[in-house]
Amino acid sequence: MTTTTIDDAPFIEPSATAPRNYLNDEYGVMSWLLTRDHKRIAILYIFSVTIFFFVGGIFAFLMRLELLTPEGDLFTSDTYNKLFTLHGIVMIFFFLIPAIPAVLGNFILPIMLGAKDLAFPKINLLSWYIYMIGGTFGVYVIIAGGVDTGWTFYTPFSTQYSNTHVFAVTLGAFITGFSSILTGLNFLVTIHRMRAPGLTWFRLPLFVWSIYATSVVIMLATPVLAITLVLLMVERVLHVGIFDPALGGDPVLYQHMFWFYSHPAVYIMILPGMAVISECVAAFTRKKIFGYKFVAFSSLAIAFLGFLVWAHHLFVAGISIYSAMIFSFLSMIVAVPSAIKVFNWTATMYRASVSWQTPMLYVLGFIGLFTIGGVTGLFLAALGIDVHVHDSYFVVAHFHYIMVGGTIMAYLAGIHYWWPKITGRMYPEWWARLSALLVFVGFNLTFFPQFLVGYVGMPRRYHAYAPEFQVLNVLSTAGATILAAGYVLPMIYLFWSLKFGRKAGANPWGAVGLEWTTPSPPPKENFHETPVVTWDAYDYPAFLKAMRETQNA
Amino acid sequence: MRNPTLYDLQHPGAAGSQPADDAAAHHHPFLQHHFEDLGQQHEASTLGMWFFVAQEILFFGGIFCAYTIYRVMYPAAWSAGAHHQNWKIGLFNTIVLIGSSLTMALAVWGAQAAKRKFTTLMLVLTLLLGSAFVGVKGYEYREHIHEGLFPGSNFTYVHHEDPSLTHGIELFMVFYFTMTGLHALHMIIGAGLLIWFIKRAWRGDFGEEYYSPVEIMGLYWHFVDIVWIFLFPLLYLIH
Amino acid sequence: MMLADFPLFPESASSVAPYVDGLYLGLVAITGAVSLLIWVVIFYFAIKYRRRPDNELAQEQEPPAALEMTWIIIPTIIFIGIFIVGAWVFFRIQRVPSNSLEVYATGRQWMWKFQHPTGQREINMLHVPVNRPVKITMASEDVIHSLWFPAFRVKNDVLPNRYRTVWFQATKTGRFHIFCAEYCGTQHSGMIGWVEVMEATEYQRWLAGGSEGSLASQGEKLFQKYACNTCHTNDATGRGPVLAGLNGKTIALADGRSVVADDNYIRESILNPTAKVAAGFQPIMPTFQGQVSEEDLIRLLAYVKSMPASGAAGSQPAGVPVGELRARPSTTTGTEQ
Repeated sequence: MTTTTIDDAPFIEPSATAPRNYLNDEYGVMSWLLTRDHKRIAILYIFSVTIFFFVGGIFAFLMRLELLTPEGDLFTSDTYNKLFTLHGIVMIFFFLIPAIPAVLGNFILPIMLGAKDLAFPKINLLSWYIYMIGGTFGVYVIIAGGVDTGWTFYTPFSTQYSNTHVFAVTLGAFITGFSSILTGLNFLVTIHRMRAPGLTWFRLPLFVWSIYATSVVIMLATPVLAITLVLLMVERVLHVGIFDPALGGDPVLYQHMFWFYSHPAVYIMILPGMAVISECVAAFTRKKIFGYKFVAFSSLAIAFLGFLVWAHHLFVAGISIYSAMIFSFLSMIVAVPSAIKVFNWTATMYRASVSWQTPMLYVLGFIGLFTIGGVTGLFLAALGIDVHVHDSYFVVAHFHYIMVGGTIMAYLAGIHYWWPKITGRMYPEWWARLSALLVFVGFNLTFFPQFLVGYVGMPRRYHAYAPEFQVLNVLSTAGATILAAGYVLPMIYLFWSLKFGRKAGANPWGAVGLEWTTPSPPPKENFHETPVVTWDAYDYPAFLKAMRETQNA
Repeated sequence: MRNPTLYDLQHPGAAGSQPADDAAAHHHPFLQHHFEDLGQQHEASTLGMWFFVAQEILFFGGIFCAYTIYRVMYPAAWSAGAHHQNWKIGLFNTIVLIGSSLTMALAVWGAQAAKRKFTTLMLVLTLLLGSAFVGVKGYEYREHIHEGLFPGSNFTYVHHEDPSLTHGIELFMVFYFTMTGLHALHMIIGAGLLIWFIKRAWRGDFGEEYYSPVEIMGLYWHFVDIVWIFLFPLLYLIH
Repeated sequence: MMLADFPLFPESASSVAPYVDGLYLGLVAITGAVSLLIWVVIFYFAIKYRRRPDNELAQEQEPPAALEMTWIIIPTIIFIGIFIVGAWVFFRIQRVPSNSLEVYATGRQWMWKFQHPTGQREINMLHVPVNRPVKITMASEDVIHSLWFPAFRVKNDVLPNRYRTVWFQATKTGRFHIFCAEYCGTQHSGMIGWVEVMEATEYQRWLAGGSEGSLASQGEKLFQKYACNTCHTNDATGRGPVLAGLNGKTIALADGRSVVADDNYIRESILNPTAKVAAGFQPIMPTFQGQVSEEDLIRLLAYVKSMPASGAAGSQPAGVPVGELRARPSTTTGTEQ
């Protein structure tokens, strides 16, 4: 059998004048605000989540400025408390949870499945509007003076003691939850019922498996947050003792209910990141992902096991020793499927064709940083250590390694990977590589010292701290400055590329996947005729063969 | 082109199973363009409603859990709180709601059988019964408020037999109002949807090929009914 | 800048700290090695198999599938091992030695108040002797706080309306940080203090340095002030049960349940007396909710716990066993820990 090479298939189309695509199909503001097209809705989301990302990022930067010195000399205590609360709320509810699913999932999933749109396009648009309404509450709260309870809203502080806009912000989070639920619902039905002919479950790209698992978690966990927030709002308004011990309530019950959602929520945030990484690893190694079925099932395992570990946030909060042991054990087990993914992605690179283009740089960064974030999770799951590091900067470092070193890097990988498909343009490669480097260096400098300062004894949510913690904090702030630069640069060059970037053909990367068989940008209905899939996921020879046949047909 | 589905097996020769090139000739007015055929659309809608119901179960499940925990902690107060509910009214409401589920199920059958007037009548009856339920609930709420049982600063009720239970009874009433309130909200949303469906049914939108909206409306309505079947004993009948 | 200004590791000043640090360093070694391995491998592969004109497409040569199983099974075993060691250290942290020196703590926005059984009260400062286990029983007056001694590697959340405990045995003299570790509002980062660990003789000297009498004797005054003694007499004639020897005993309740009379039970009986009424008695005790402050509650608790068992036959209501003095772990919904 002759070896197929990249020249055998028409991966790169000659650039032509822009044909009709989803961007120029209709013009006018209303054609965007009332669109049912999943691709346009994804663009609407990109704008919203990016704005919230920078709002949350500015709060973080202000916090880091304050933390340059041990004294609380830049802001008042109340202001600082509002900064970290809003940083958490904005980043989690308005950026991390929607970003990859609502931007990349919305755009790519139907195309990846060979479908014309998601199952419920109008509900998709409704999702965005609900998100914007929830986000408006968030913006209102920021402008009206903020909220200072921490994003976790622990009672009785949030219900009986805080003098800030707790009701408004919990209402905003409650509303935004519905956006999440509807998106998850849309994805689940689309994956079940709208796959192209020939696209069996085990031929699906791993992106789809992870998004599927994410959607399951969204559907089952978010409603529990919703009811918890309802009870919080009821207590706040009526001053009755649902969670207030003075009136017979149990504040630890609040923590159980809150974390029953919020722990699966972290899997809602990381699984889509893993989805992107699987795609990029395959594309930039031009190889099948090693152990496809294991990676696919590991997404489901993470989703399932993720529901069983919530009380590891309550090890010192008042649960019994025996409960603590059960949750510690389960928390160790939930690390296994994530480890499988890391090892399998690494193994995929063996004897592959590894490109060093920007998405792959973010992928390499993700694998390295997610590994560190994941293993520090083991530290936290180990009861003897958690007693010491709970509520310290060690925890802060752990989750930022996963959320920023993991999810945000994966998001950037996906944005760069699918940028040509979404916009029809290539981004400038060297500026992008520079940004990736700045992000990687800046990130490590920001967050690695936080592991150290946490174990040494610095509690989290501290406005002022003991003087001996200063050096590590200064390093962290220095890193934050570099990280900020790494995030600002893409804003500039990605916008630049819209007008001046090199035009991209259907498959600039030479990757396997249905999305790479349509023009860049895709036409409104994604495919001129429904594709028929005859290749396994990432099966280069079979894909090339199929492409040649459609070309010759 | 698409793998045959249960819908196709149930409806051999229906428009949806025609090959793609005939699709234009048999294009059903309510077929949405991103679906291949009505069969796929029907299955997608139904699956979507089942998933929606699943997350609703988690929503109500959360508050059922909290209710259970407090019931174990305060059995006497919970019992006293339940005694304050009029079980006869609750039973009446339960029968009304089960009746409305019957009329809803008949509406689904009628839609599929293309019985326009019958379907519309059944939907109207469902709406009336559902409204009766909400109306009775409103009456119960009013009575509770008059007795000083609304939680918060207006809670003036004192449990004379054992004053120490008063706090627990207030907590019970929080759960009572929140659980029945959320349930009633779901019913009101359902009523709004029913008004829309009555209009569509009267217009003759539904028939053998296209009745899935009524079916999934039925699914939603039955689910809301089942939630009440759990609420009634937990809030009215416990001892 | 001194190296002391740039600590990479906290002081190890308690009996439990070496175990926590040992587990920590062990984990650093294992996870560090694995992470380093991954980093090295991905960069090595990225370089060695980088795309060149002669390998535009990868050669599909999968490593043996048994590899998959090894890197599922081995991490699982390692993780379970970490769990076991972590749980073992956790038991050491949670099991309070029976001969502990008792201290009571109240957390409130935004200070720590410590009360010693001998009567001393301290704010944001805690004097303890070295090489003796110290058990702190604590509650919050308002929101959830958390009492953290980084140098001792122990912390526990401080809840409103429920007693929880944290214990340590300091192994070094000196001054170490106390931090509140659960966000509690404006001055959360100001809710800090120092624990002063002293040699035994110095500690005795400090104790002798004036107080208003022991905690228990202060409690006795309150017992009379609030007229508790009018119903809780020393014999069976009172309208309320005899409290002598109560601490740690299993009590039969009027509704058929039985509970262990621990700190939380005694506290609850003052604030919500009809919740768990003793068998043979009427639910007539009035509640003192709102009248007794947290510190007074601690004084009353100390007094009640200090009452010796009377031993005289017939001085207890029928059905209540006499003299079970060893404290048992709480079986009520709240936990002692």
